[in-house]
Amino acid sequence: MSQIAFLGAVELGLVFAFVAIGVYLAFRILDFPDLTVDGSFPLGAAVAAVLIIAGWNPWLATAIAMAAGALAGLVTATLNVKFRILNLLASILTMIALFSVNLRVMGKPNVALINQDTMLSPFYGLGLPEFYVRPLFVAVLVLIALLLVWRFLASDLGLAMRATGANPRMARAQGVKTSLHIYLGMALSNALVALGGSLFAQTNGFADVTSGVGTIVVGLAAVIIGETLFHSRLIIWALIGCVVGSVLYRIAIQLALSSDILGLKASDLNLVTAVLVACALILPRLRRGRATA
Amino acid sequence: MIELSNLSVIFGRGTPLEKQALSGLDLKIETGSFVTVIGSNGAGKSTMLGVLAGDVIPTSGRVAIGGRDVTRITTAERAKYVARVFQDPLTGSCGALTIQENLALAAARGSRRGFGLAIGNSRRDEFRSRVAELKLGLENRMNDRMDLLSGGQRQALSLVMATLARSEVLLLDEHTAALDPGMAEFVMELTQSLVEKHKLTTMMVTHSMRQALDYGTRTVMLHGGKVILDVVGESRKNLTIEDLIEMFRKARGGETLDDDALLVS
Repeated sequence: MSQIAFLGAVELGLVFAFVAIGVYLAFRILDFPDLTVDGSFPLGAAVAAVLIIAGWNPWLATAIAMAAGALAGLVTATLNVKFRILNLLASILTMIALFSVNLRVMGKPNVALINQDTMLSPFYGLGLPEFYVRPLFVAVLVLIALLLVWRFLASDLGLAMRATGANPRMARAQGVKTSLHIYLGMALSNALVALGGSLFAQTNGFADVTSGVGTIVVGLAAVIIGETLFHSRLIIWALIGCVVGSVLYRIAIQLALSSDILGLKASDLNLVTAVLVACALILPRLRRGRATA
Repeated sequence: MIELSNLSVIFGRGTPLEKQALSGLDLKIETGSFVTVIGSNGAGKSTMLGVLAGDVIPTSGRVAIGGRDVTRITTAERAKYVARVFQDPLTGSCGALTIQENLALAAARGSRRGFGLAIGNSRRDEFRSRVAELKLGLENRMNDRMDLLSGGQRQALSLVMATLARSEVLLLDEHTAALDPGMAEFVMELTQSLVEKHKLTTMMVTHSMRQALDYGTRTVMLHGGKVILDVVGESRKNLTIEDLIEMFRKARGGETLDDDALLVS
């Protein structure tokens, strides 16, 4: 694997670290199996791309993309909390609805962001090659997001959200309005995923309506790889695990695809992904099995 | 002052499984009293507790806590007046959180939760000293997850959690029933001392007639969703378990105790 391919994999891994943190919040903190992300990732990309093309400030465009993602999360939460639709099904409904919404937002299946000012543009002129600037820039944003999410989960509000996912009955008895926390958590989770989507559009120079397919699997893969690596109960390690897992996942995919011996093609990506996630799920179980045997 | 007036609860209304759990129950609890509640299975004990806590919305009737009508207020909103310990230690505390985090969660009951750190230095010290009072050595395990502890340890901590924030009533739902006899005794003694220390108005549902008479200041017996016996003061002091069983039998129209024999223990 060339250095540029390696840095490209790291960059993509960092972009998807936002997805991983979002998925961690929904799946692990709230215990809400949320597939909305397959729609909110391209939604973030679409909103940011369209606004940037329309001449908006890219930072503002990204903020609006995040708000759009939060809104998508709120729709899923409303279907679940207010109308009692099973959480998984509620998220699938939002996900397929978002496919149409994304097409409406963009007006066509994909838009190019070539020669547009993105959040990264000011940093390209600083002397470093672009393939260094991109991962560094995204890494800084990931670090900020990670610290903010960590601090939030350590607050009274964050603790109440964790209790909502872990033991809703106890949480209510302690005065926690559990439905409020499902709204809040789903909004936060999907806002992070949309941020990932908008950065994906800005680093890759396009937004595509199909780019969301499998986002949830990639996010979960990162979370699970992270948990396998650091199996710590501490939130901070889980969050770091999300980031490291996401990057390692991309490097593993890149290695698998670029190795001549395996003879894999880009179209084998989904199969490779499934095998990797399955391995990440099976390995800890085998290890535990040996320990108890 | 807790007032339950003319409470009726019908589960599964209009279905073949319709069940009247409470039928016109009236009960007033003075501030500072410790009421023990007994009754056979299906008498309505848990339903009454559920109505007080907000888990069950009554079909008719009124619930007032400290003069406020809370009949239709949700569990979470009512939690600022109501502290609770559940029968199952796994329900009352959060296994995925540490001891310290569970305490922080309980300490914020009834107050606004914001972005401030849940566990600051001053709170940490306070929690530690409160846990040390249990003399279970748990003050050295404040960062251990709750699911590493035994049921008895979790129940003892649940009691401490219930007393961290102020409440107008403490509800104990057979909170020693899932514990071994030694631990049950320990938790009951702890209950007694915490209730006295914090002057808590308490309602304890129990299956054990001995507990019902040994602890508290007033004993209430439920049957068929109504209060059928209410003893307090001198007459309660002289009451024996045998008297209680006799009263129980009379109240039930001479039915034998058969399946309720275990109540005696």
